[in-house]
Amino acid sequence: MDIVLQQLVNGLTLGSVYGLIAIGYTMVYGIIGMINFAHGDVYMVSAYITAIVVALLSFFGIESFPIIIIGTLFITIAITGAYGWAIEQIAYRPLRNSGRLSALISAIGMSLILQNYVQISQGARQQGIPTMLTGAVRFDIGDGFVQITYMKLVILLVAFLGMGTLTYIIHKTKLGRMCRATQQDRKMASILGINTDRIISIVFVIGASMAALAGVLITLDYGAFDFYVGFIIGIKAFTAAVLGGIGSLPGAMLGGIILGVSESLFAGLISSDYKDVFSFSLLVIILIFRPSGLLGKPEVEKV
Amino acid sequence: MNATIDYKKSVIDAIIAGLMALILFGPVVGVVLQGYSFNTEFDRVGWMVAIVAIGRFAISSFLQSNKGKEMVFKHSSGDDAGVVVKAPGHKSNMVWIIPVVILIGLLIPFIASKYVLTVIILGLIYVLLGLGLNIVVGLAGLLDLGFVGFYAIGAYGLALGYEYLGLGFWSMLPIAAILAAFAGAILGFPVLRMHGDYLAIVTLGFGEIIRLILNNWADVTHGPNGVSAPLPSLFGLEFKRRSSEGTPFHEFFNLDYNSGFKYMFIYMILFVVVLLVLHVKQRLVKMPIGRAWEALREDEIACRSLGLNHVLVKLSAFMMGAAVAGIAGVFFATYQGFVNPSSFTFMESALILAIVVLGGMGSTLGVVIAAFFLTVAPELLREFAEYRILMFGILMVVMMIWKPRGLVRVTRTGFATRKGVLK
Repeated sequence: MDIVLQQLVNGLTLGSVYGLIAIGYTMVYGIIGMINFAHGDVYMVSAYITAIVVALLSFFGIESFPIIIIGTLFITIAITGAYGWAIEQIAYRPLRNSGRLSALISAIGMSLILQNYVQISQGARQQGIPTMLTGAVRFDIGDGFVQITYMKLVILLVAFLGMGTLTYIIHKTKLGRMCRATQQDRKMASILGINTDRIISIVFVIGASMAALAGVLITLDYGAFDFYVGFIIGIKAFTAAVLGGIGSLPGAMLGGIILGVSESLFAGLISSDYKDVFSFSLLVIILIFRPSGLLGKPEVEKV
Repeated sequence: MNATIDYKKSVIDAIIAGLMALILFGPVVGVVLQGYSFNTEFDRVGWMVAIVAIGRFAISSFLQSNKGKEMVFKHSSGDDAGVVVKAPGHKSNMVWIIPVVILIGLLIPFIASKYVLTVIILGLIYVLLGLGLNIVVGLAGLLDLGFVGFYAIGAYGLALGYEYLGLGFWSMLPIAAILAAFAGAILGFPVLRMHGDYLAIVTLGFGEIIRLILNNWADVTHGPNGVSAPLPSLFGLEFKRRSSEGTPFHEFFNLDYNSGFKYMFIYMILFVVVLLVLHVKQRLVKMPIGRAWEALREDEIACRSLGLNHVLVKLSAFMMGAAVAGIAGVFFATYQGFVNPSSFTFMESALILAIVVLGGMGSTLGVVIAAFFLTVAPELLREFAEYRILMFGILMVVMMIWKPRGLVRVTRTGFATRKGVLK
């Protein structure tokens, strides 16, 4: 019983992070209909930037945790957002009018470029940052206990704040209305005076920022990372996006949490060696039986 | 129309690009993590920013010139026709080159050194893989990112088939092809009904599942330690120094033992198989099924309206490609004498995709050249080994922007009704 509850808690934090990354996939897919294959690697870059910012802050003698986390969040999100913008400018914008296959291959190329670029500039070895927030809340249940570290609470809090802010921006502000209009009908939106190219850039920046949020949180909690982490977490976040219905913002968050929880339960109760196999199989099964996901609308092909 | 180049605009572009590069490269390139501390390498950042700014200036000025404007116009006016169609009855005057290539191919093992031969064998294995993926991506337009999974099925098929069932190279060669094709059918049938992008991710997941299972199911696959694979035999003659059963090859022919013999033999079989696959592919493209593949790639809705069963047509391409990968896997296993899961990562799939992209979607000649280029070049440029993946990535992006159909144009002879057949 306590194992199930513990894994549920772990899964919830993991899932909220998957949800953050899935937002990047789902928004980009919604607006230009392509899988941004390099998104997982944007997350990876943000993990490196997090560690670099933490190292720089401690070099300048800043030790207090709230200042470190807030400073890291702001700087990492800004720089990673710039990466999202640059990737779109270089690899996707010139291909706006080409086929989907071209765009996808270009995205794979971009993913390889990012991985190798970080590997060359930072070295292939695993990197890490020191643990800064220790301690946990403990609940006794029967003869066992469930433990939630403070860092996990911070993750949940920040992740839900991030998702809430994004939902507010998309649904209540002018920028969000422009994004939704572009998503529904790009040609019509541009006729009505929306600079759709700029909106697409902004969506990439938003996606990268959300990935950066996830990158900061996971890196501060987990500590270790290498240049290859983006690949696995990218596929998992994509699975989350598909699970929730690709193109749907609440779907991405829901899908992330469902994936995180079910993966943690599988790892805790059945086998942790095969938890990645479980997630990938889940992706294949969802695509076969419900390709439009939980909250998505079925795709209609028209001439 | 005579364009004047506005250098002020170019300079502003260059400054903006340089600032952007400073933001992007500054932290990641300039600050190198060292444990929990860091070293600074600001000179590298300086170089990169300078390169980006100068490059942006050059591009910006070029695009304002007449030639640049022409290029932009050409690019934005849409895709040029993918296939060059020759007049019906056109015969290429380059036919003589085929027997020459075959002759050179047959002579290579006797002149090349052992090292060169092993590199060429590896190149040929990638030619096979490239040809297989070219059927799937190039002809049928299905992006398969888990191609390495089928390759692994072939390689592990040989190694495990030998260990558990006592099957040798020759019996595994067809079985591996069938196994891989069968795996392709199981994976492809449900997924191919859906839109193309999903296929890319599902196959990517499949490739990873295969690798993870090979890695974790240690009781059967010996996990990361790998399994040894047998060598092919010539009518029962083995290529080992000492044979447990029967006489080894070198004793039978009264030769001194030479470890190069086995590579010569593998090369010969591989060469013949590559020629066969090339021939089959050339024929397939001309057959109705090959035409259906290409038609589906170009316009799926039109094809379905005309009554093509798109799932079966795609599935046939998918299985065909998988079978070729399975065969390549068998050769890889026997060539290495050993397989382990680290040979079947996503990077391998990416390399095969780079071969197809560089060679040209659907072009056979292009794929052969690209496969050799991408496998032999890293051998020659070992000091640039760490930049290899970076080069593949840049290659993919640049090719997609500049020449999405690949370097070698696909040509084909047109069709005309024969006289007296139809009026």
